[in-house]
Amino acid sequence: MTYTPTTDTEHRSDLDEPVQLLTPSGERRRDPRLDDWADDLDLDTLRGLYRDMTLARRVDTEGVALQRQGQLGLWAPAQGQEAIQVASARACRADDFLFPSYREHGVLLVRGAAPADLVLSWRGEVASTYDPADLNVAPPQIIIGAQTLHAVGYAMGIQRDGADQVAVAYFGDGATSQGDVNEAMVFAASFSSPVVFVCSNNHWAISEPVTVQATHPIAGRAPGFGIPSMRVDGNDAIACTAAMRWALDHARGGGGPVFLEAVTYRMGPHTTSDDPTRYRSSDEVDRWRARDPLTRLEALLRAEGAFDDAFRADVDADALSFTTQMRTAAIDAVSAPPLSVLDHVYAEPHSGLDEERRRFSAYLDGFAADEEGAR
Amino acid sequence: MTSVATGKASLTMGKALGAGLRRAMADDERVLVMGEDIGKLGGVFRITDGLLDEFGPSRVIDTPLAESGIVGTAVGLALRGFRPVVEIQFDGFVYPAFDQIVCQVAKLHYRTRGRVKMPITIRIPWAGGVGAAEHHSESPEAYFVHTAGLRVVAVSNPQDAYTMLRQAIASDDPVVFFEPKRLYHAKGDVDLDAHIADAAPMGLARVVREGTDVTLLTYGAQVGTAMDAATAAEDEGVSLEVIDLRSLSPVDYRTITASVRKTGRVVVTHEAAREAGVAAELIASVTEQCFHYLEAPPLRVTGHDIPYPPAKLEKHHLPDLDRILDAVDRVLERPNSFPEVTP
Repeated sequence: MTYTPTTDTEHRSDLDEPVQLLTPSGERRRDPRLDDWADDLDLDTLRGLYRDMTLARRVDTEGVALQRQGQLGLWAPAQGQEAIQVASARACRADDFLFPSYREHGVLLVRGAAPADLVLSWRGEVASTYDPADLNVAPPQIIIGAQTLHAVGYAMGIQRDGADQVAVAYFGDGATSQGDVNEAMVFAASFSSPVVFVCSNNHWAISEPVTVQATHPIAGRAPGFGIPSMRVDGNDAIACTAAMRWALDHARGGGGPVFLEAVTYRMGPHTTSDDPTRYRSSDEVDRWRARDPLTRLEALLRAEGAFDDAFRADVDADALSFTTQMRTAAIDAVSAPPLSVLDHVYAEPHSGLDEERRRFSAYLDGFAADEEGAR
Repeated sequence: MTSVATGKASLTMGKALGAGLRRAMADDERVLVMGEDIGKLGGVFRITDGLLDEFGPSRVIDTPLAESGIVGTAVGLALRGFRPVVEIQFDGFVYPAFDQIVCQVAKLHYRTRGRVKMPITIRIPWAGGVGAAEHHSESPEAYFVHTAGLRVVAVSNPQDAYTMLRQAIASDDPVVFFEPKRLYHAKGDVDLDAHIADAAPMGLARVVREGTDVTLLTYGAQVGTAMDAATAAEDEGVSLEVIDLRSLSPVDYRTITASVRKTGRVVVTHEAAREAGVAAELIASVTEQCFHYLEAPPLRVTGHDIPYPPAKLEKHHLPDLDRILDAVDRVLERPNSFPEVTP
C-alpha cells in the first residue's frame, strides 16, 4: 500500500481526503485499504478506545486547569488529538517501544503512566517522570523531531537482537521540516528497520500553519524515501486503529518502516503560554469541533447499543479518579532538596562535579550553621 | 574468530586505536561501531580496517551521510542496550550532530535520574597540522567540555589511544574521544594485554616530563610540541614540567595544582582558539586554587581567534615550539622575551 502523491499544482497540503472509516456523524464506512485491519474490531474494543480517549481528554482539561491555577508551569494541550494518540498506542504490543513528543499524553495513558507521571515534569519538579523501561516509552521529547532518530536506532537494535518488536516515533507536522525526521526516514529505509512513523498533522506548529511546512500532503513524502505511507483521518479512532495495525504488521513482518500521517487538529493553544486567537479564526476551530473524535465514536456506540448511562458513569468515574490523583500529585509535590540538582549528571564519578558538590554543599551548610548560631 | 592482538607491539596511533576497537568488540558483543565509510573502506583513516570482515555488518555499520542521524540512532541503540562507538569522519563534520550530542546524549541520564545510561563513544579525528581542506582541521573540544553530562578526552600517544578508547567504550557515560590526526602515523610501544582496570583511569592527567621552573599544560598532539619545547628550554637552563591532561572533562586538578604549587608558573597551550577556550578555564581554576603560589600571571599559547586558516597558512595559526618558548620566557620574565603588546 503506497501513497501516490498528487500532481495537482494548485493544491495544498489538505487536498487529498484521508482514509476514513467513521464519519464525523458516527457512520461506519468501509475502505478496502483498511478493512482487513478494521473488520474484526468488536464493540468491546471500541468501548475501550472511547474510555481511554475520554480519559485523555479529561487529563488534558485537568492539565490546563492546573496550569491556570498555578500548579503547573506549563501544559501542552492535546484536545482534538485523542483518537490518533490513543488508537495508535492501543494497537501496539506491550513490548513495542514508543518515542513520544511532549504532546502525546494519550500515548502515555494507554501505556500505563500514573497520574503523577502526567504532571510532575510539567510542574517542573523533575525532567521526566516514569521509568522508560517500565512503560517501554522514552521520555517525552521536547526537541522537535529528535526522537525519530532514537526510534530508528532502537529499531536497528531490535533487528540486531533478532526480535519482533516495533519502535514507534511520534511527531507533528512541524517536525517534518526538521533534518532529524528526514534523516530518520533515510536510516529507517536504508536499514529496513521496524519503525512506524506517526505524524500527527494537527495543522499548527505554534502559529505556523501546516502549509508553511508542506505544500503537498506530508504522507506523500515517505514514498520518496522508499517508505509506504498512508494518510488517515486522525480524528477517526477506527481508521487510526486500523492504519496502525496495518503499519505494525508491515514493520513487524520484516517489511521495514511505515509512515502514517494522521490528519487532526490542535483544538487548544500550542501550550498554555500561547494565544491562538492571534493567528487563526474561530470559524476554523468550529469546523474542526464538528469533526470531534469522541462524539463520533459515541454516536457509533450508541447506534450499536453499546453506550448507555451506566457506561458513561463508569467512564466518568474512572476519569475523575485519575484526574483527582493528578491534582493531588501536583499540589502535594515536594521539591527535591537543593543538592539534588547535582545528581545523575554522570553515571560514574566525575571529579569536577564532585568538587562542585563539595563547594555547593559547604555553601548550603553555611546556612545551617547560621541558623544554629542564631538559636 | 577474531584476531585480537596480544603482547607488546610498536604500533602507530591509528593501529593502536584499531586494536582497541577490536579488543572492545571482542570483549563485549554489545559494542558496535558506526559511521561513514567505516566498513569496507575501514574509515578514511583506516582506523576500523578489518572490523567489517571480523564482526560483520550488524556490528560494523556504514551509515548514511548524516551526522545527526548517526548520533541520534546511536542514542536509540544505547536505549536498546548496545554500546555504540560512533566515528565522526572529521572534526568539522560534528556540528550537524551537535543537537543530538548536547541535548540528548549528554542529558538523557540526568533527564531520567539515572534510569537511562548513554554508553556512547564519539570518536573524532581532530585538529590540524596535516594540510587539510577547510573544515578538516578544527578543534571543537571546548563546546563539549562546556556541556555537562559528557566526558571529553584527547589522546597523545598510541598506548593511551589503545587503553583510553577501551576505557571510554567501557564507561557508562558518553565520551567524546578526540584523536589527533597529526599523530595517526606516529609510532609507540603498546602493551596490548594491559587490563583497562589496571591502567590509569581515563580522568587522570599524566606528568610526562618533570621539571621545576614552569608547568606546561597541554593535550593531544600539542603534547609532542610541548616536549620539544621542554628539550629546547633545557638547553637554556630552564626546566619545564609538562603535563598531558588526557581528560578535558573532568580535568585532573589534583595533578595540575601539585605541579603549579611546585613551579609557581603556568603556560597552557592548545591548538583551539583562545576565547573561552579550555586554557581559559584551566587558568581560572588554577588561579583560584593556587593564587598565592603563582610567581607570574599564567599565559596561554593557543590558536588565534580566527576560522581555521588555509593549509598553507596553518603554521601561522598553530602554536609552535617558538611561540611556546616565547611564553615560557615571558612567564619567567626573562630578558630575551618579546615585549608585552599593550592594547
